[in-house]
Amino acid sequence: MSPAKQRAKGAHETATDRLARLLTMVPWLVARQGIDLEQAAGELGISTEQLEADLRLLYLCGYGQMPDELIDAQWEGGRVFVTNAETIARPLRLGRDEALTLMVGLRALAAVPGLGERDAIERAMAKLEEATGASAEAASRVEVAIDEGVEAGMLADARRAVEQHRRVHLTYLVPSRDESTERDVDPMRVVNLDSRWYLEGWCHRAQDTRTFRMDRITALEVLDVDGTPPADAQLRDLDAGAFTPRADDPLVTLHLEPWAAWVSDYYPVESVETADDGSQTVTLRTPDTQWLRRLLWRLGGGGYVVAPTEVATEVADGARAALAAYGVDPGAPTAG
Amino acid sequence: MSSPTGPAAKTERLLNLVLALLYTRRPLPKSKIRDIVPQYGDAASDEAFDRMFERDKDELRELGIPLVTADIGSVWDDEVGYRIDQREYALPDIEFEPDELAVLGLASRTWAHASLAGPAADALRKLKASGIERDGDSLVGIEPRLGTSEPAFEAAKNAVVGQRTITFDYRRSGADQVATRRVQPWGLASWHGRWYLTGYDLDRDAPRVFRLSRIVGPVAEVKRAQEYAVPADHRAREMIRTQVGEEKPRSATVRVREGRGNSLRRRATSTTDGGEWSVLKVPYADDDALADEVSGFGADVVVESPPEVRDLVIRRLQGAVKAHGGAA
Repeated sequence: MSPAKQRAKGAHETATDRLARLLTMVPWLVARQGIDLEQAAGELGISTEQLEADLRLLYLCGYGQMPDELIDAQWEGGRVFVTNAETIARPLRLGRDEALTLMVGLRALAAVPGLGERDAIERAMAKLEEATGASAEAASRVEVAIDEGVEAGMLADARRAVEQHRRVHLTYLVPSRDESTERDVDPMRVVNLDSRWYLEGWCHRAQDTRTFRMDRITALEVLDVDGTPPADAQLRDLDAGAFTPRADDPLVTLHLEPWAAWVSDYYPVESVETADDGSQTVTLRTPDTQWLRRLLWRLGGGGYVVAPTEVATEVADGARAALAAYGVDPGAPTAG
Repeated sequence: MSSPTGPAAKTERLLNLVLALLYTRRPLPKSKIRDIVPQYGDAASDEAFDRMFERDKDELRELGIPLVTADIGSVWDDEVGYRIDQREYALPDIEFEPDELAVLGLASRTWAHASLAGPAADALRKLKASGIERDGDSLVGIEPRLGTSEPAFEAAKNAVVGQRTITFDYRRSGADQVATRRVQPWGLASWHGRWYLTGYDLDRDAPRVFRLSRIVGPVAEVKRAQEYAVPADHRAREMIRTQVGEEKPRSATVRVREGRGNSLRRRATSTTDGGEWSVLKVPYADDDALADEVSGFGADVVVESPPEVRDLVIRRLQGAVKAHGGAA
């Protein structure tokens, strides 16, 4: 999760959300006495300030108010100790959504062709069902298919190449040029994004990291050659989607209607503010306003550019030009 | 110190309440709870305390905390007491092997960028609470990820899991009008990267498949609806595959500026070049998906037919103009 999302999450946390988080955090810390404060915060997905505030709060709580009844939380010297917390030293049972995510995720994995961990998946699933009882049954009504559009053999080969750092030779169809290309690739990762499989790696032909859609790979051969990618090869940030923002890219502020709020989950944003009605004000950095214009045309009024005004004008003018191509009166141009 | 009425004080109060009720062996009467949990001492009156305590009980139960009431009255009164059973509360002590934790971690990360990212991470944290940290090296190199960008996802998921009849406005594929539907949800499935709801359509009196992205506006629960059972042999994916998968591919005619609209050119079954513009026949299965794609090209691509896709694109463009403060 990006730092922006963490902050956004902290800002909206209700008293009850925080309680749930503390009830999960305490058993985790109790089993890791003396853990480094920063490491703990990192693994818990919160800031160190938040963790310190949480520990201060725990220190005030107990099954009674006598000193020996209170939880003891210490974090001097940067090491966290939580004691006298036996009452809540076991985590609360998995909630419905919690059980659902793991059950549905495991079931989806179990169906992936060529995945070697079937045995571990089945054992984990059986234990999880035992631990969650009725929630497991409800979770069976939600299904995810990520097993289509890829050949079992190719998926297994690609993964083996990643694990063993072996170079692969690909025959790949480049859609934009509609031509078949041959290339050697040092594979780095196999990902499935919204049910589509991709192979990412260092492409010797492009001398850069590239993402290959597996349904466009017509042949994949694992070579008997070391395929360790160059040390500076960067994997694409999967969340970045169409672009990877840099700190000096211009900042854009968008307003999103509730039904367009997926945008802030989908693209890397600097900040999110959610209003009571579910609409959002988000800021993001992008060097490419073309991408942004396309997004806003698609959203069809689900979002608008608050700032900078030049970008807002570009979006509106582009939409007007397109309407004119349809012979629809686009109205007066934006003032200014 | 935190303010006595702020959210931090409320968390403190709830946590003290949970601790007291878990610790006690005998159900505690309200009067006793008021003594033990210091934040209740701040309540201005008995009525204020009662209201606060009732709300707190509800909130704990919503979190899934099994707070139980028991009759602790004597012969002359019928007072009730409250407690939380430790065995009902706690996650059963189950040991997971390292390779099991590795696949569970992968299952959890599948949701890392979806609306269920929080519950997925919490679930794993709970399972790993007592476990020894050994990261799942065996699963290096593979990373599935799911999206739940459809606004109706959360409500639909809750209705499916909770078996609640819902109503929503829905735009059928290829149809312009939005119709209100009442549905007994059976299942939810992601298929080819899109989420679908299956269920019994009470207005059509037949089982139906709904694509979440075509639900317009909010999903509401139907109050006092009849209870229903999900058919034992229902398989959401199978139903979606047979109903949606067989949606006949149709053909759209689009005008594309020279050198533009390459994703459409690639799929075109026929291309007629004519100077600045080419005319393409493009096969498609879904009006909205095509309208999204075409809208993104702005003035470089124009849909000639079918009219319903043309209208969807025009509506998106008009919406964009209007949202940016212009008349369209």
